[in-house]
Amino acid sequence: MTIPLDLPEAHSVHAPQHPAAAVDDAELTEKTVFGFWLYLMSDVVLFATLFAVYAVVCRSYAGGPTGRELFDLGFVLAETGVLLLSSVTFGFVTLAAQENRKQAVFLWMAVTFVVGAVFIAMELYEFNHLIEEGAGPSRSAFLSAYFALVGTHGLHVFTGLLWMIAMIVQLARDGLTAAVHRRLGLLGLFWHFLDVIWIVVFTEVYLIGVL
Amino acid sequence: MNAIFGKLTLEALPLDQVVTMTAVGLALLAALGVAAAITYHGRWYWLWAEYITSVDHKKIGIMYILLGLVMLLRGFTDAAMMRIQQSMALAPNPGYLPPHHYDQIFSAHGVIMIFFVTMPLVVGLMNIVVPLQIGARDVAFPFLNSLSFWLTFSGAMLVNASLVFGEFAKTGWAAYPPLSELAFSPDVGVDYYIWSLQIAGVGTLLTGVNFLTTILRMRAPGMKMMRMPIFTWTTFCTNVLIVAAFPILTVTLALLGLDRYVGTHFFTNDGGGEQMMYVNLFWAWGHPEVYILVLPAFGVFSEVVATFSGKPLFGYKSLVWATIAITFFSFVVWLHHFFTMGAGASVNAFFGIATMIIAVPTGVKMFNWLFTMLGGRVRFAVPMLWTIGFIVTFTIGGMTGVLLAMPGADFVLHNSLFLVAHFHNTIIGGVVFGMFAGLNYWFPKAMGFRLSEPLGKASFWCWLIGFYLAFMPLYVLGFMGMTRRLNSYDNPDWHPWLVLAAFGAAIIAVGIACSILQIVYSIWKRDELRDHTGDPWDGRTLEWATSSPPPIYNFAEVPRVTEIDAWANMKADGGGMFVRSTPYYDIHMPRNTAIGFLIGIFSIGLGFGLVWYIWWMVAVSAVAMLAVLLYRLFWEDIAYIIPAATVKDIEMQRLEEIGQS
Repeated sequence: MTIPLDLPEAHSVHAPQHPAAAVDDAELTEKTVFGFWLYLMSDVVLFATLFAVYAVVCRSYAGGPTGRELFDLGFVLAETGVLLLSSVTFGFVTLAAQENRKQAVFLWMAVTFVVGAVFIAMELYEFNHLIEEGAGPSRSAFLSAYFALVGTHGLHVFTGLLWMIAMIVQLARDGLTAAVHRRLGLLGLFWHFLDVIWIVVFTEVYLIGVL
Repeated sequence: MNAIFGKLTLEALPLDQVVTMTAVGLALLAALGVAAAITYHGRWYWLWAEYITSVDHKKIGIMYILLGLVMLLRGFTDAAMMRIQQSMALAPNPGYLPPHHYDQIFSAHGVIMIFFVTMPLVVGLMNIVVPLQIGARDVAFPFLNSLSFWLTFSGAMLVNASLVFGEFAKTGWAAYPPLSELAFSPDVGVDYYIWSLQIAGVGTLLTGVNFLTTILRMRAPGMKMMRMPIFTWTTFCTNVLIVAAFPILTVTLALLGLDRYVGTHFFTNDGGGEQMMYVNLFWAWGHPEVYILVLPAFGVFSEVVATFSGKPLFGYKSLVWATIAITFFSFVVWLHHFFTMGAGASVNAFFGIATMIIAVPTGVKMFNWLFTMLGGRVRFAVPMLWTIGFIVTFTIGGMTGVLLAMPGADFVLHNSLFLVAHFHNTIIGGVVFGMFAGLNYWFPKAMGFRLSEPLGKASFWCWLIGFYLAFMPLYVLGFMGMTRRLNSYDNPDWHPWLVLAAFGAAIIAVGIACSILQIVYSIWKRDELRDHTGDPWDGRTLEWATSSPPPIYNFAEVPRVTEIDAWANMKADGGGMFVRSTPYYDIHMPRNTAIGFLIGIFSIGLGFGLVWYIWWMVAVSAVAMLAVLLYRLFWEDIAYIIPAATVKDIEMQRLEEIGQS
């Protein structure tokens, strides 16, 4: 074994930070975004499973109402429009954040929150309406799968709304720090991802459902 | 129902059941003993600061393994009770376990062994080894890692709570509906099953995300994918499987939960429910799960066989590609768990053939290991003994698997003890042997001292002989027509084989005792067994380049990799990591945190409340979990700096120690 060289410790005054030693923000952001993508992929599997379950039992009405009798396509189309709009407004959050315009981030985040909340309200109205008509989740396997799939998406949107509140508070307290930038980026990924899922929900559940 | 206690009443306590109360009493005594010892040595603060709040992958790995070993005692006790019952219960003798208790035992045995023994052991080894093998300072998300552990811990504690409060599922470990539906299992057993697995499952999913990011983003410079150590490769594939498969389990259990709590009709007999959908979903997760467990074990054997043969692994690339092939095929074989569903000849033929194909890459690996030994100077140390035991045992288990892959044969052997023998043959012969090999191999790295060789060898021989005596009779009994999960029987021809199997279980018990003794004895003699060099086995991969146990930052200077077996090459080139070319620098490390622990503890409250319909407890626990998480995101200081001077001191001390030895 070789005798080690007794080297002095480096001082930041003399030498720049060792690149491998410094957990700088860029590296952390890169890692975190990557990890969050992986999480989203696991969420894809989660939704894929729910879609598969829905596909298996979507005609198991058990003598109860069918999708054709229940779904109001116009209403759902409006709901879809609202959710897509919220994705656009979140796009403005991202743009404002990139330009470091804090007030604009606030504004668009608030708009996105309101639009997202409208979507949730519409969904809850629809659920309530169905349950009042006797078409609740325990009526048939079809309705069980419908509520589970659409409800899981809704739960995700609701989580996104809570996340937005947390971000608004954090933004007010800290300003556009590296951590806030990073978290806004993740929230954006999450929010747009939910749009993609909803497109599939709209197609598989509602469009095919009324055929 | 009571607003404060939900469904929980005094009758839920098993005060009248002697066997259960004895178990509970022993468990409480053991816990008290440990607590007393910690108090006596004044180690509570140390435990809190060094382990419970730690985000260090090495400490978390140690806790995982400890959890796995403790739960092994419970899982094995269940197994022993079943073996004793079946060796007694030839009619007219009913044995000592009434059916409702026996059914809980075989269900708990399966759940514990899969989720709370092998999973923690596998994830524990991953934690200790992977960041070191790729030359990283920690995993990608150290806090998530701590959270993962504590969620797994909470799942295990919830299963244990079922011993005292109420009961566990009586449905078998797969909890097939309609038996697991509220109509046929109105008690809390299935709810314990659902919530303990959901909580632990979230932890496992986070582990998957964490380790994939770690392996893909944090490898040392120069370590291309095709230069990664094999254990890192198999861990990588395992985590791909975790991320792709665990959400399926989450959904499946959630839907079963909805059926039980909300009255939906996913898997019920009425309302359009589809029981076979549950079975399909369960195994769409369950078959990949088999490989989630066994791939890291294959990785362990690959490292061990190369190290103890003193030469590089034979056919590195073929082993990597075989692992990738298994990862893929593990998703297209799930239906072989229920050929008897009646999916038709074409479907069964597809899954039968796919199942047989999976034996091919596994066979490739066998030859990798055999040819690595060929022409090597094989040292028969304890990890190597486990490896050779595995090669022989797993081959038998693999062949009976191919036999079962034929739908025609499966129709005969389905649900029989032949099946039970087969999967124990692969899980014990593969995963458990692998974990013991890994434990003996990496123990000095994690703890700084080796495990005693003689006791390790005694443990190995007891396990090996005990395994064959306990499970070969089960193959015979399967051919004789004995089905699984029988509480009692009236065929006298079966009896001698069951007595033999019970005898085998007793020898395994001696093996487990030897393992415990091995650990205790080695801790006692730790100064004699101390590993001063950090490289006790003449290892080939980077974890052996640092000290044992490694400093918190693992490597003062991140190693540069030019080939497979980076450490062996550095040693061959002379000096390796001991020659420093750069000065010491400050190192940024993640700060310890109690948040992972607190979320885990609150999740026990969440699960317990859900099991017993104690809604205030559910609400309080959920709010508490959210609150501490927000605290983490808003206020907690997450990093600190180890100054270069401290790093230098630690490194100089280590070099002095190497110089002395």
